[in-house]
Order: sequence, then structure tokens, then C-alpha cells
Amino acid sequence: MAQKTKELMALTGNEAAAYAMKQINPDVVAAYPITPQTELMQTFAQYVADGLVDTELVAVESEHSAMSACVGAAAGGARTMTATSSQGLALMWEVLYIASGLRLPIVMSVVNRALSAPINIHGDHSDSMGARDSGWIQLWSENAQEVYDNLIQAVRIAEEVFLPVMVNLDGFIISHGVEVVETLPDDTVKEFVGERKSPYRLLDIDHPITVGALDLQDYYMEHKRSQAEAMRTAMPTILKVGKEFEGIAGRNYEAVENYRLEDAELVVVALGSTCGTAKDAIDELREEGIEAGLLKIRVFRPFPWEEIKSALGSKKAVAVMDRAEGMSAVGGPLFHEIRSCLYDLTNRPLTVNYIYGLGGRDVAIEDIKKVFYDLVSIAKLGKVEDFYRYLGVRE
Amino acid sequence: MQEMLEIRWHARGGQGAKTAALLLAEALMGEGTYVQAFPEYGPERMGAPMRSYDRISSKPIRLHTSIKTPDVIIILDPSLLTDPSTMEGLKEDGIILVNTVEDPKTVREKYHIKGRKIYTLNASQLAQEELKRDLASVPMLGALIKVTGLRSLEVFLHHIRKELERKFAHRPEVIESNLKLYKRAYMEVKGE
Amino acid sequence: MKLTDKSQGWKELPIGGIIPGGGTSRAYKTGTWRTGKKPVWHPERCIQCLSCWIYCPDDAIFITEDGKRADFNYEYCKGCGICARECPAKPEKAIEMVDELR
Repeated sequence: MAQKTKELMALTGNEAAAYAMKQINPDVVAAYPITPQTELMQTFAQYVADGLVDTELVAVESEHSAMSACVGAAAGGARTMTATSSQGLALMWEVLYIASGLRLPIVMSVVNRALSAPINIHGDHSDSMGARDSGWIQLWSENAQEVYDNLIQAVRIAEEVFLPVMVNLDGFIISHGVEVVETLPDDTVKEFVGERKSPYRLLDIDHPITVGALDLQDYYMEHKRSQAEAMRTAMPTILKVGKEFEGIAGRNYEAVENYRLEDAELVVVALGSTCGTAKDAIDELREEGIEAGLLKIRVFRPFPWEEIKSALGSKKAVAVMDRAEGMSAVGGPLFHEIRSCLYDLTNRPLTVNYIYGLGGRDVAIEDIKKVFYDLVSIAKLGKVEDFYRYLGVRE
Repeated sequence: MQEMLEIRWHARGGQGAKTAALLLAEALMGEGTYVQAFPEYGPERMGAPMRSYDRISSKPIRLHTSIKTPDVIIILDPSLLTDPSTMEGLKEDGIILVNTVEDPKTVREKYHIKGRKIYTLNASQLAQEELKRDLASVPMLGALIKVTGLRSLEVFLHHIRKELERKFAHRPEVIESNLKLYKRAYMEVKGE
Repeated sequence: MKLTDKSQGWKELPIGGIIPGGGTSRAYKTGTWRTGKKPVWHPERCIQCLSCWIYCPDDAIFITEDGKRADFNYEYCKGCGICARECPAKPEKAIEMVDELR
């Protein structure tokens, strides 16, 4: 039964991703199950079994094989998708770099989960943060609606800039939580994603190519420079696709989202599901007279340098929330990039880093409010005494 | 309806509390009602204590955090009432809905519950009779509709039928027995 | 096709290290790699089993239109000696490695 109108559905984040995949109808999906991604692929596999998609679903024996099969399929010219989590993403590691280095537009949902050890199945950002240098575009989703919307946009972005895209959603919090999602008609999605066009296809025997040739001192650096350029110039395409998507869905997508930021003095910067909780916290703080605001990072790769600079430039104090421990001994990965981008400003805000929510640790409104109260003190004091902090950890 | 109603389910792995919480959200969604439902797993083990949550609101829900001060707690295994954390944060005028063979007065005395409104239903037996399985979570949904007045029985059954038809497209035989169970639970739930 | 043109900047190269066009290894004359020894074919001892053609890691053995082995194509022979080692002809092998000074 084709969906002919926009429809409100109660879906988990995993179901929202699977539903988007059904409407995208990719040529090839190769995946291996892992908590909390399992339900996503199970739902999609049911669509395949029911004949609702034309996808060749390749059940493989590991995530390394999953991404390898995706590389082969995408090089062959197929629109290719997959999904994973945590250890699964870690096992894909070397192949992630091959996918991006070969400039293959693979789209992958990453249901973010903590990495072992100690073993943990719950949501944090360690997996995707570790993959931040792998050459994949990273889109982050606050809720199930954004999972659905981001995934549809990801296909277009990947195929226009020839880079793979991962769409991130918080494990359990989003993947297993039911929320109201407005889905688009099947034809609208079909028309939006269009047909994959590729200048090179391994299976085009009339125009043979070599993929994956040895590339040594004499060419490797030029190829990497060209790959870096694709990432450097991807943002206008991401924004253009976001605009077009707004045209069909009525929902606005930029590199970052500002919430009550314009007149804010104190700002929290975050990714993913925490942003929703932060919005409610900010509304309460505004009632208390605290000028709080949120900068939500939607596009983490490419890093929205200019957008962040202009959003945070005039602020008094900024707290950067990392749901991953970078083990750098001096703070999390998001913090370092945000802080680096503020360096060029004449009036830099004071910055502080909070590591939070590791291994699925719950983040309540009170936790976010505590961060803002800390920012009030920092702004009053005019300096940050210890910039690398933990939120919600037992001392 | 107040702006947001928060429900916390207390159960053991395998009793269907996650599925029930999700199904409730799906059945109540739409026409200006926003919903959120999510489980809180430890390790996913049959018999281990687990919780799941529902938020039902007249405004879009942005929060992504567990429910600490619920309006309603639903207890699928009464032995969970011996754990003090089960009652934690329940509002003073909150509702306790328990799957038990006992009546509300006995539950109040046995577990020393002060205040709040207690409702009971022998949900396990009802489920056993209609579904031939101890899926106590199913009738508890019917009882919940009665004690909260979230929807009329007719409207609820109309919406949940659509959800069941979608979910059990491959097993249509279970739909009628589920619907019958909701109705019986709606009628048989007892208050003080 | 020029394979060793290193004047191309990164903007001119196909993306992802892709090499468009098939059969590019033909332009790569590996025969220059031979150091010291080269194989010599003795047609009168050859039993036409084609083992040498199967074992040759490059494209150094000509095959005629009727499927018979012909002489070596020294443009591609790296002098590895696998053909001589594998040649089953008896009592004397049909391929012999000889000194090559150049």
C-alpha cells in the first residue's frame, strides 16, 4: 500500500530509519545485527521479505564484511545503505576509510552506543566520535523525526558530493523510544532522492575502470587533497539539500540549530537527543531570568566553523557537552573543535567542557540547569578555573 | 487533560511492558496529542526488573530523559512493590495500578501505601483466559484507560485496532482476542 | 596512454584514485625489470601443454590464433623464471633460463 499523503506515525527512531529506507528503496543493503541497531535492520528486512522494496539485502557474517559488501556494491553503481552501532562500527573501521577514500556515496545509520570495555549497550557518542577522521559526513539527529529527515537528505548529499554519510541517532533514547513522526508520501521521497547518477561504475563494461589501485608517494597525496576538498566544499550542498527538503517537508535544516540563542549570554553546545532536554531546561531558566540558549550541532562533519563562530562570537560563557570521553586528558572532541574555532575572535567567550551521559547515563533537565548555573558563576567570575569537567558522575 | 501526563511501568522482562508502553503511545497519538514511549533496559533478560515510560502531552515533547515524578505507575508484578524505588517520585495525587489477585484495600495495607489512588486488576488471569499467555501488560492498557479517563473505551478501541492491524498483519487471529481483553479489563478494574 | 605523467595536479585527477579505461597494464612494459636472466624457448622440445602460459604472472607468452604457444614477448617478461621451473617437458625442459647482459 503506497503512502499518498503526509502522515503522522508513532515510530521508534529505528523504525523511522527503516521507514525512510523503505521509501528510499536502495539497490543494496548489507548489514549485520547489533544492539541497539538490530530492530532497524529487522524492520527493514521485513519490508524486503514482504516485497515492499526492490533491495538486495545481503546478510553478512560481520560488520567488516557488511561495509566491504557496501563498498563493492557502491563501486558497482548501486545505491547502497547499511546501519550499525558501537563495536560494529569499530569493526568496520578500516573499511570506513576505504569507502570515503574511494569516494563512494554509502549512507549508514549509526545507532550510537558506548564502546567496551566495560561492556555497555546504551547510548553515547564514543563510536561515531572515534570515526570523525574517517572522511564520512556526519549528521546528528535530536529525535526520531530528524532521523527520518536526515536519512532522506543523506542520500542526496552523499551522491552529490561523492562522500559517504552517517546519520547518527542516540541508542535506546531515540532508537527504542516511540515519538510522533510526520512521514512523506512515497512518491515525494522517490522524486526527492531520484536515481543515483555516477560518472564511474565498476559494472559498466563498456567503460571499464580500475577501482582501488595501488597509489604510492607519487599520487596518494593528490587523491587525499581532492578528498579533503570534497569535505571542504560539502557544506553548500548540505544546505542546498536542506532547503529543498524544507520545500517538500516544511521542516528547516541547517548546519546548526539556534534555540533562544540570539539574546542569550550563556550557551550550551550539544549533539543529539540531549538538545531536546536542553530546550526545556532553557525555557525554565528563562523564567528564572537567566539568559540561556542552545547551539545544536546537526552537521559535525564537515565542521560548521563559520556558523559556530558567528553563533558564539558575542557570548559570555559557553559550555560544550561531550557525550564521549576523548581520552586526550584535556577534554572531549567537540570541545576542542569548538574552542579552536573561537580562537580567531577578538572577544572570545569563556569556554568549559562537560563530559556527560556516558554509557546511557540519564540526563535530566536539572543536569542541564546545573551546567547553566555553573555558567552564571563563570561569567560572574570572568574566568574558568577548571575547564574539563564531568556532569552527573559519582565522586 | 493536563498539559503532560507521565506514566511509569514497572515489570519483569518478558511481561510485555515495553510493547504495551509503545502500543499505548501509538494508540493515543494524533489529533493534537503528542506521545513518547521508551523502555529502560538493564541487560535484556527475562524476569529481570525493567521499566518503561509513556509521556502523553498536548504539546510536542522534546524531553529525552526518564520519568522521575510520574502521574501514574503501573505494576505488572506486585512483588516489585516491596522495592521502595518503585513508588519513588509518584505524585501525591498519583495513581497506582497493580496486576494482582488482591483488592486495592489489601494492597494498601500490605505495602503500607499512604495517599494516592490504588486500582487493581487480576490481569494475569484475564490474559491467561483470553490469550492463553500471562501477558498481563495487555489488559492493563484497558484498565489504564478506565482509571485515567484518557479516552472513551470506544475511541481507544478504534485507534488501537488500527495499530494492532498494522503490527499483527502477519497474525490477524490475535487482534480480536486482544480487543476483547481490553474491554474486560476496562470493566473489571477495581478502585477503593 | 601515459601512465607516468606526474605533472597532473589534484584537481585534474579522477576522484577516489579511480583509473578510467581498461587494459591499462598493457602500457606498463614490465620487461625492463629483468635482471641477469631471461627465458629461452626451445620449440622442438615443447609439448604445447601451455603450463608456462598459465603460470606466467604477466603477459609474456604469445599464443597464436589456433591456441598454440609461440615465443616469449620480452616486453613483459620480468625474468622471474617460473615458466622454466614449471615446464614439464622431458627429458629436457623446453624453457631454459640463460644469462642476459644488457
